[in-house]
Amino acid sequence: MATKAARELPSQELILPGTRSCAACGLMLTYRHALKALDEGKTIVAVPASCMTVLHGVYPITPVKVICINNPFAATGASVSGIVAGLKAVGKEGYTVVAFAGDGGTYDIGIQSLSGALERGTNFIYVCYDNEGYMNTGTQRSSASPAGAITTTTPVLAKLQHKKDMIGIVEAHRIPYIATASPAFPLDLYDKFVTAKSISGSRYMEVHAPCPPGWGFPNKDLIKMGKLAVDSGIHVLYEIRDGKFSLTSRSLRLAEKGRKKSVADYVVGQTRFRKISDEQVRRLQEFCDERWEELVKRHNKDNG
Amino acid sequence: MADKIRETISAASKPAPGEAGRTGDWRSQTPFIDHDKCSQKDTCLLCWLYCPDGVVGRDFPLEIDLEYCKGCGICAEECPREAITMAEGKTRDDVA
Repeated sequence: MATKAARELPSQELILPGTRSCAACGLMLTYRHALKALDEGKTIVAVPASCMTVLHGVYPITPVKVICINNPFAATGASVSGIVAGLKAVGKEGYTVVAFAGDGGTYDIGIQSLSGALERGTNFIYVCYDNEGYMNTGTQRSSASPAGAITTTTPVLAKLQHKKDMIGIVEAHRIPYIATASPAFPLDLYDKFVTAKSISGSRYMEVHAPCPPGWGFPNKDLIKMGKLAVDSGIHVLYEIRDGKFSLTSRSLRLAEKGRKKSVADYVVGQTRFRKISDEQVRRLQEFCDERWEELVKRHNKDNG
Repeated sequence: MADKIRETISAASKPAPGEAGRTGDWRSQTPFIDHDKCSQKDTCLLCWLYCPDGVVGRDFPLEIDLEYCKGCGICAEECPREAITMAEGKTRDDVA
């Protein structure tokens, strides 16, 4: 059943206040609601070098009440495989193993170990929180950065290439559950984590986490930017369960009512797009429209 | 060295609030709740839902933990009744 109101979410907070994350962090909001869907004592989180490591704090204190293992940047998939095998070896059951990696640790650096873990069918949830760049080290370009964005490694021409189709790569492994979510729609995000937890096998989730300092928009607009990304089709909310594709939440309503916003509305509020040309906006719009058409067609086919 | 006692050394952090100190110090604007404008109904709770740091309470009248509130202003922006306003200053005393 879909959660419809904020009051239905558990009130328990597994992240104690006073963390090292920036004010208005999209990851922080994602993590807060994700942990509500997971159990305190029976969850093990694996984290590569990322903003998440910063959030988890400096020894000897951590603000997070779940067990966490820090691992090298490229080794998230291998690390969780070891954790799952270790739990099996000592006979501990009922644990949910979750990997939380950024887009750099998923799209670029961690893709090899992730692919290995998915191929082995390791029983874990992989969460990629996509803030579209290496935000922790100072906004460098990643293969998840959108075309037209200024980063510190593409400062003059802006990024020329479109975002990599990571979901396509993950889907090719034929895993039982794939979902996309956004912290601007926390109820949908919570539901997807509950669903992911109930399924066994490899599960992949991609969360679009807006980053105010990296993208260049005011802190207070975090939720607005997240909603605008979904409204303009930059990020689409859906889940793929055993190959069955379904749009969810706002994206489903957009498909039914057809009131999609233009990419130009999304681009204008962010300083990382300050050098984007009209031609680049047009191409980004075409790219999003094409993908949107494909996804709606697939949704209609699978939900007849 | 064969008789040396080998112990497993592990470095595990323990959970505690305020890992990064009193993050309320980061704030340049402070949120104020007008409890008359607030609906005081748990059908809303958008400020609680959208607060990244989870410093907004869930019991009415709502309270914001100013010791740790980073002052991002999401609650003020998202409140449908405009019951929360952001005022310049780190504490309520600065503003008053």
